[in-house]
Amino acid sequence: MSQSLKTPLGKVRGLGSAKSGTDHFWMQRLTAIANVPLAVAFVILLALTIGKPHAVQAATLANPIAAILVLLFVVAGVWHMRLGMQVVIEDYVPNEGRRIAFIVINTFFAAVVAVASIYAVFKISFGA
Amino acid sequence: MASNGSTGRPLSPHLQVYRFSLLMALSILHRATGIALYLGTLIVVWWLVAVASGPAALAFWQMVFLNPLGLLVLFGYTWALFHHMMGGIRHLVWDTGARLDVASAKSTAMFSTIAAFALTILVWIVAFMVR
Ligand code: HEM
Repeated sequence: MSQSLKTPLGKVRGLGSAKSGTDHFWMQRLTAIANVPLAVAFVILLALTIGKPHAVQAATLANPIAAILVLLFVVAGVWHMRLGMQVVIEDYVPNEGRRIAFIVINTFFAAVVAVASIYAVFKISFGA
Repeated sequence: MASNGSTGRPLSPHLQVYRFSLLMALSILHRATGIALYLGTLIVVWWLVAVASGPAALAFWQMVFLNPLGLLVLFGYTWALFHHMMGGIRHLVWDTGARLDVASAKSTAMFSTIAAFALTILVWIVAFMVR
């Protein structure tokens, strides 16, 4: 067994035989599929409202269908981008401490983007 | 063969050993557009928060983006989104085991590249028409 390609750390953790990787892969694909119609809807919304005055944009985003589509795009998009960026980090950051730090930052970034967007859409929809 | 210092495990050959091709460019671009979209979400959150904050905040967002340079950034964002979307659909098809041969990969590469440009142009024609 001295010729194993596994690192000592890899052996101790015992990951790699479909412990958590399958879920990552699957959610990446699931959110990718969801993103296709949602991204198209979002871009159309953006194109239709971009130069319009505030009252028009707020009224458009307050429309339940528009608001729900934007919320779905935010959730599926942020989830997908967090998983995708984690793979990029794992590919390019060999130092383990730094890699974990980047993965933490990645998750925080995703959380801030998601919460800020959802808060904004709620505020536009419910007023105050 | 290159090896990875401490563990002695082999490394796969990196970019510089391959001849340039459309397929390779698209492979790189899928990752590059993914990263660009990651940063581009900041434009999206900023827009949503600006609309939620009121007319002054939205006016500032529009001042930043509704000029030649800002529009270029937005064109880039929408192109990246459509390009990554078309590339993503290619990946999803490959995941089923279909279209993995070189000839199919080349034809879907051409198709998705052209479709991404076409969709981008279409969306901005609509945007300028309803303005
Ligand atoms: C519009 C529909 C979208 C589809 C169909 C899609 C599809 C995909 C797929 C299939 C992958 C995995 C590629 C691989 O295995 O190498 C991927 C990776 C990725 N996606 Fe998306 N995606 C979409 C939208 C987005 C959005 C909106 C973002 C960012 C906000 C994003 C960011 C990323 C990132 C960062 C990666 C990792 C890139 C890499 O590993 O090379 N994607 N996407």
